[in-house]
Amino acid sequence: MVQKSKLVLMLLSLVIVSFVLSGCNKDKQMLYVYNWGDYVDESILEDFEKETGIKLVYDTFATNEDMYVKIKSGGSSYDVIFPSDYMLTRMREEGMLEKIDLSQIPNVKHIDERLMSADYDPNNEYSLPYMWGTLGILYNTTMVDEEEVQSWDILWDPKYKKEILMLDSQRDSIGAALLRLGYPLNTLDPKELAEAGELLKAQKPLVLAYVVDEGKDKMVAGEAALALTWSGEAMYAIDESDDLAYSIPREGTNLWYDVMAIPKGAKNMDAALKFMDFLNRPDIALRNAEYTGYATPNLAALAMLPEEVREDRSAYPQDEDLVNAEVFVNLGKTLKDYDRIWTEVKAH
Amino acid sequence: MVRFLKRSYIYLLFVFLYMPIAVLMVYSFNDSRSRGTWGGFTLKWYGSLFRDRTIMSSLYSTLIIGVSAALIATVIGTMAAIGIHNSRGFLKKLIMNITYIPVLNPKIVTAISLMILFVFARVRLGYLTLLLAHITFNIPYVILSVLPKLRQLNKHLYEAALDLGSTPAQALWKVIIPEIMPGIITGMLLAFTLSIDDFVVSFFTTGSGVSTLSITIFSMARQGINPKINALSTIMFVFVLALLIIVNVRQARDEKKERNGKIGAKKQVSPYALEFGDS
Amino acid sequence: MRRQSMMPYLAWMLLFIIVPLLLVVYYAFTIPSETGNVWSLENFTRFFEPIYLKVLWRSVYLAVLSTMICLLLGYPAAMIMVGNAFTRKSALMLLFVVPMWMNFLLRTYAWLTLLERNGFINVLLSALRLPRLNILYTNSAVILGMVYNFLPFMVLPIYSVLSKIDKDVIEAAGDLGANSLKVFMKVVFPLSLPGVVSGITMVFMPALTTFVISRLLGGGQFTLVGNLIEQQFLVVGDWGFGSAISVIMILLILLSMAIMSFFEGEESEVAPW
Repeated sequence: MVQKSKLVLMLLSLVIVSFVLSGCNKDKQMLYVYNWGDYVDESILEDFEKETGIKLVYDTFATNEDMYVKIKSGGSSYDVIFPSDYMLTRMREEGMLEKIDLSQIPNVKHIDERLMSADYDPNNEYSLPYMWGTLGILYNTTMVDEEEVQSWDILWDPKYKKEILMLDSQRDSIGAALLRLGYPLNTLDPKELAEAGELLKAQKPLVLAYVVDEGKDKMVAGEAALALTWSGEAMYAIDESDDLAYSIPREGTNLWYDVMAIPKGAKNMDAALKFMDFLNRPDIALRNAEYTGYATPNLAALAMLPEEVREDRSAYPQDEDLVNAEVFVNLGKTLKDYDRIWTEVKAH
Repeated sequence: MVRFLKRSYIYLLFVFLYMPIAVLMVYSFNDSRSRGTWGGFTLKWYGSLFRDRTIMSSLYSTLIIGVSAALIATVIGTMAAIGIHNSRGFLKKLIMNITYIPVLNPKIVTAISLMILFVFARVRLGYLTLLLAHITFNIPYVILSVLPKLRQLNKHLYEAALDLGSTPAQALWKVIIPEIMPGIITGMLLAFTLSIDDFVVSFFTTGSGVSTLSITIFSMARQGINPKINALSTIMFVFVLALLIIVNVRQARDEKKERNGKIGAKKQVSPYALEFGDS
Repeated sequence: MRRQSMMPYLAWMLLFIIVPLLLVVYYAFTIPSETGNVWSLENFTRFFEPIYLKVLWRSVYLAVLSTMICLLLGYPAAMIMVGNAFTRKSALMLLFVVPMWMNFLLRTYAWLTLLERNGFINVLLSALRLPRLNILYTNSAVILGMVYNFLPFMVLPIYSVLSKIDKDVIEAAGDLGANSLKVFMKVVFPLSLPGVVSGITMVFMPALTTFVISRLLGGGQFTLVGNLIEQQFLVVGDWGFGSAISVIMILLILLSMAIMSFFEGEESEVAPW
């Protein structure tokens, strides 16, 4: 019996010690950040903590929709979130965001003017650009003919049965189908959407898996020939493997902007602004762009990037590469149809 | 010959059960990140495992939640078991049926129902909600571990203590609790392990950056194969193996004691064997 | 010994088990409208659309199949271990239980490494000049994951029932002229039925509602009921539909438990329902 009470005592003291330890953190300022998986150089987070003494609680999501649902349902509270353009519009219109006081963010001066006051946030009140890029196809040059990757058709080519990775993200995968059909990316026409849905169901036997973050690892390991993916993921993977390349098919692409925003009810506004400013400091933005492989909107950081990166038109497409590019917009009520189509494609 | 075949069959099953773990353990020492090739022996993944703050902080949360949930569930569950043991008829049946709900309900239903409750009540998802959820699914297992011990108890023990002049509280603490202690300890350990192993309930009831080891492994697994997870698996396996051996040696000793002490005491089927899965 | 001591528990159960389930039922039977939530059966009628019935059918199919495989693998294993092929039985059982103690996600993750196109199994197969095996992200991988994770739940209850069967009964049957097949069919198997039933229950239920195994080993394309529920709550945010599916799941589980207890025959100590 003595031993048993000892065990209980041991456990009890462990709990008490740990609560005391966790109590120590209470005095520290906390900042809750909600970002995409693997979308920041983690050493930057540590540097931020060291420099400011603010403790970061860092959480990740896989898609815009996951993030939206989590914030909307109200259980969590975050101080900084990273939605994409169309999701920012949606959250802005639904009154889910706080305004950002740009005067608190001196480093905003480094951000490319052309990316400010974009359509998704006309007065630039709610967001700051974080990264931008395109939607395209990452492919393995040893398995795929480069000519064929110039069209979205390749994702429906039976030759590549079980060699295709699609994105487990509704707007991107439905978007790829719309692009192949030649319909506008932001179509509200139920018939066009239904057609895209059917196309994705027909594609299912060819698809190896629907993934988000593991796509690049799979491609690097040579587990698939083609992957629908975002430009930065592709750059990251190409860096790891010589066999990989990225293509923006000629029918067009989705040009997207991921931004930083502050959700309503954020507890630590000051720290949130400090964090946004920190991420826009040229040296930090440079490290982040180098790590993630995405295009930075920070001109000072861009200037410091090696020339071959800046000139790489996969990572930093020129205007003529983007003639067919469309930016997603918030679709309001039609989103319900997206949810339904995507649920059905996955359930098919 | 038949004996040989029988043995081989069991050995084959063990190969099936252990091969995945063994492969992970071997890969955790592989210098090359790729799975197909052996790039030489290294300990670097262990180093980066311990430097990974996400993993370390989720390990910490897992232990805190596991220990606190087990302790609180043990207290509530033991009290409940004593109460249930002393009630009769319809009430007892009703309470037992409710007790079985979290055991029988699919984990995902328990998970979403708790998530709805917390969001509905505007409780911020995080440590607190995780703890409440874990206590909730732990209590029934504590009750189910303690009840058999209460049934084995000599009915007159308590009255004898009272006759000998102890107060009801004294009788409870000095006589009853020590007698059912093995059940309580078993229940607590069971609760602790269920807590640590849980993924589904935690996944739905956490938020605000709090994540348990299972959740972290899930999100890492969604990012592809990661040698750090292999290193983590190796450490956990060794730890679990050590723990299990200790527990089993203890149990064997207890059983021996019991066999020598009380004649006819019903042997309790170890609840360890019962529920470990998740879904 | 006071009965009041279960008061905290009763309060706890009311708050954290009964109320949440009532909330699920509430969301299942309502849909949001301009004027707040209104009563509706829409969530249920939606589930009976062909596409979701297909999901249900797929989940039941995979769960039944993996339960049967577990039974076919597990029953002989339990019999052998009860028999005299091994001397140290408790150590043997321990070996069966140890993998169950590994984190459930790690166990599932391990198969990712093994089953990949360039993973361990294929490296091994090509070294042996055998044809390669590409089953990751297919039905087979999901079934394999289920069998791997749930097999011990089948073996343990069968083992514990078999080990309690009186050896004299079997000997008596033999003395009375039954051959070993007959002894098994007429004596051993009927006596072990309670173990088989609880094994089936313990494998079938989690297999039916899993969403992790199908997510990790099915590559996001094998939507099972669990995935559908998860998707409704975490991706789409349609609590009503998600709750309705949950209610249907509870009913299904209750139904299968009723069927099981019918087969179990003997009265268990506490009838769960």
